[in-house]
Formats: sequence, structure tokens, C-alpha cells
Amino acid sequence: MATKSLHKRESDLANSNRQLEILSNGIFQNGELPTFKNKIAESNQFPLKAKKLEILQINVGYMCNQVCDHCHVDAGPDRKEIMTRDTMRQCLEVIKNTGAHTLDLTGGAPEMNPDFRWFVEEAAKAGIKDFIVRSNLTIIRANKKYYDLPEFFKKHNVHVVSSMPHWTRGKTDKQRGDGVFDASIKALQVLNAVGYGMPESSLKLDLVYNPSGAFLPGDQATMEKDFKKALKEDFNIHFHNLFAITNLPISRFLDYLIASENYEDYMYALVEAYNPTAVANVMCTNTLSVSWDGYLYDCDFNQMLELPVNSKVKHISEYDESLLEGRNIVISQHCYGCTAGAGSSCQGSVA
Amino acid sequence: MQKTYYDPADLKKFGKISDWNQELGDKFFEYYGKVFEEGALTAREKSLIALAVAHTEQCPYCIDAYTKDGLQRGVTKEEMMEAIHVGAAIKGGATLVHGVQMMNKVNKLDG
Repeated sequence: MATKSLHKRESDLANSNRQLEILSNGIFQNGELPTFKNKIAESNQFPLKAKKLEILQINVGYMCNQVCDHCHVDAGPDRKEIMTRDTMRQCLEVIKNTGAHTLDLTGGAPEMNPDFRWFVEEAAKAGIKDFIVRSNLTIIRANKKYYDLPEFFKKHNVHVVSSMPHWTRGKTDKQRGDGVFDASIKALQVLNAVGYGMPESSLKLDLVYNPSGAFLPGDQATMEKDFKKALKEDFNIHFHNLFAITNLPISRFLDYLIASENYEDYMYALVEAYNPTAVANVMCTNTLSVSWDGYLYDCDFNQMLELPVNSKVKHISEYDESLLEGRNIVISQHCYGCTAGAGSSCQGSVA
Repeated sequence: MQKTYYDPADLKKFGKISDWNQELGDKFFEYYGKVFEEGALTAREKSLIALAVAHTEQCPYCIDAYTKDGLQRGVTKEEMMEAIHVGAAIKGGATLVHGVQMMNKVNKLDG
């Protein structure tokens, strides 16, 4: 597996315009498959409009200790984009005044931002109802300076959401790198030890499953049952919910699809599994994504494709929730990833 | 006219068999869907049985379909290979158990 990001490798696909070209050409240009715009228009769902904001998702930087095969962020140790304390201060002003009930910190590995703990401490004071940190688990065991993260999360009542592609070592390490499975298991055990994920515990620990290859996720409830049984039997690990997330055809996953000659079949599978009910609840309608440099996007995927919000308000410094509500969501063919089957979002299935 | 008997793209056209006999086609697909629902066996177990039978029937469409279906259900490659060996064992056993018939015949004719 790769050890460097597409950016570091100076890959063609590090360019978001190139990704958007691929997603608009070929089978979507020659009419073999309908564009996402035309598809949602069939059920009178175009233009897709933002509803009331519920989730504010802040990406505090693309640096990560892992280089996962399918990362839509193209994150890795070689990425230097990191949110500064100044931008965090601008975010805090918004967090204090937002109507959103959920604050969702993501990355990269958000914990690698040198101001991460300061930001969490300050954000926790805002008393937002659900405060999520998306942790890749291995960071907790990557260096002694991170060993106390479970206690730190507990102190600030952070809701931990962690990636775990499978309950077996082989499938996990194939996607996320050698040794990731063992480090993730150890991290989950440490989280359990401080109370995270235990039955009846209010310290929430959820896992995110995304497929290890060019196929769609199975039924979320069934997968959750299988994960719970295997992790309990094999490692005595507990967690609360499993979110099954579809891989979107952008960045490193798009690179993988093309290199493995799975791109067209995967797009067919997404379009065939299109579910208009999922469109109604797709996450961009209630989420706003903030990039490391403070710009606003409809979702983390649009952030990576550099498709900013279609609004007068473009940056966190000029944030105005009322102006952002009702905006037209910016779409392309990658959006089929969120509307396939039971739908997909950072909070799992939507339909 | 295509030059090969099998075309992977034909799997997507499976539903078209109903075009030439709607009633029987509909009944088949309704039955098919029902069979694979969660029951006394889990949908995951049924998927593995289907994969094994796909191999014994040597149906390339079914092999593609149930390999993908298994992956979607979190089935590992080790589980898939074991399932196929079950199919192979039954196929091999079915051949060899007829050896008793051969032996009976030899014993009768030339014993």
C-alpha cells in the first residue's frame, strides 16, 4: 500500500479539477449513466437545498499518522495543512452562537494539530449537545504523548467516533496499513477501560465501517451485530453504534478505482442503488463543513474537491447561519455515494 | 453477434427474462427474493451457501454476484474459500460415492 499522499506523489488525481473532470466525462457525458443532477430532478429533488443547520463539522488539518488506501482527504504524515489557533478562535465564535446541536471535529488525525487540546477545551465550554471527535484509534497508541487521550476525551465528555473497517486483522491492515488492527484493538481496550463504549455508559464510542474495496457496504444493523459479536468474543471490546459509510469516488479511492479498473462498475453500482429517500436526508442538507483555513463547504467531500458553498458567505469569519440556510447544495457525480442503498453520511445510514 | 458465450454485462439484464414471460418471471424473482431473506438461516449464511453452489454449478454470473454480495456482508476471503471447499467436497464425494455402484457391478459381473 501507498506510504505517501497523492499530493506528495504529485499524482494527477491530487488535482481536484482533474477528479471533477473524470466524474463528469465518460459514462456520464455519453449518457450511459444519468448525471446526479438529472437523477435527483427525476424525483423533483433538484436543486438540493440546505435546511436548518444541525451539524458543524470542522476539519482541523489533513495531517495523519496513517496513509489509508481509500482516504477521501488524501491525508498522511506528509500533509502540512493545519488549522491555526486564529482560525480556531473564529470557529469558537461560531460554536458559541450556532443553532447546531452537533460539533464534529475531523481531519486527518485531528489530535495531531498542536492546538487540538486547547480547541477541545474551549469548544467544550460552549456546552454543545453532542461533541464528536473522529479519531483513527491508532493515534492513541502512536506516541506516549497521546496515551492519555481517552482520559482527556472523558474529561470533556467527547463523543468518540472511530474507523474500523473489519473485525479481522487481514482486512483491516490491507486497507489501513500493517499493524493498524493491533493498535486499534489496543486503543479500543483503553477506551473501554475508562468507560467509553460500555453498555449503559454515557461516554459514547461509535465505530465507522467502510468497505475495503470496490463494493458497497452491507446493511448497517446486520454489520453492527456481526462487529459486536466478533469484537466481544475475540477481544472483549464493547462499542455503541456502527456507522456503515459508502466510499465516495474521489481522491485516493477514485485513484484505486481507476487503477484497479473498477471505476465504471462502481459508478454503475452506485447509480443502480440510488435511493430517492436517502436524498431527502443526505447530510449536506443539515451539515456545514469548515476547512483547515476556514472556508465553508457543503460537506467534507466537497471540501476535498474544492467546491465551496454556493452562498455570499464563504468563510468562517463572515459566518451567518441565516444566509447559509436555504442555499443550493453544490453537487457532482460523487454525490451518488451518499444516496446509494440506505444512504451514507458521517453519521451512517440515512434512509 | 457476440463471440463468447458469457458476457459479464448480461448479469445486469437478468430481469429481462420476464419480458418474454412476465408471469413466470415475476414468480421466479419473487421466490428468489424471498429465499434470500433473513430466516432460520441468516442472510449471511445464505450468501455463503449461494457462493458454494455458484461454484458447483460453475455459473460465472453467480460467482461474480455472490462474491460481491459476500464482501458487502463482511464475509472474509477465508470464509469464502472454505465454503467453496464444502461445494468441492460434495462434488468430489458425489463422484466417488458412485464408485460403490461400479464396484457392485464389477462384483456382480466379474466377482
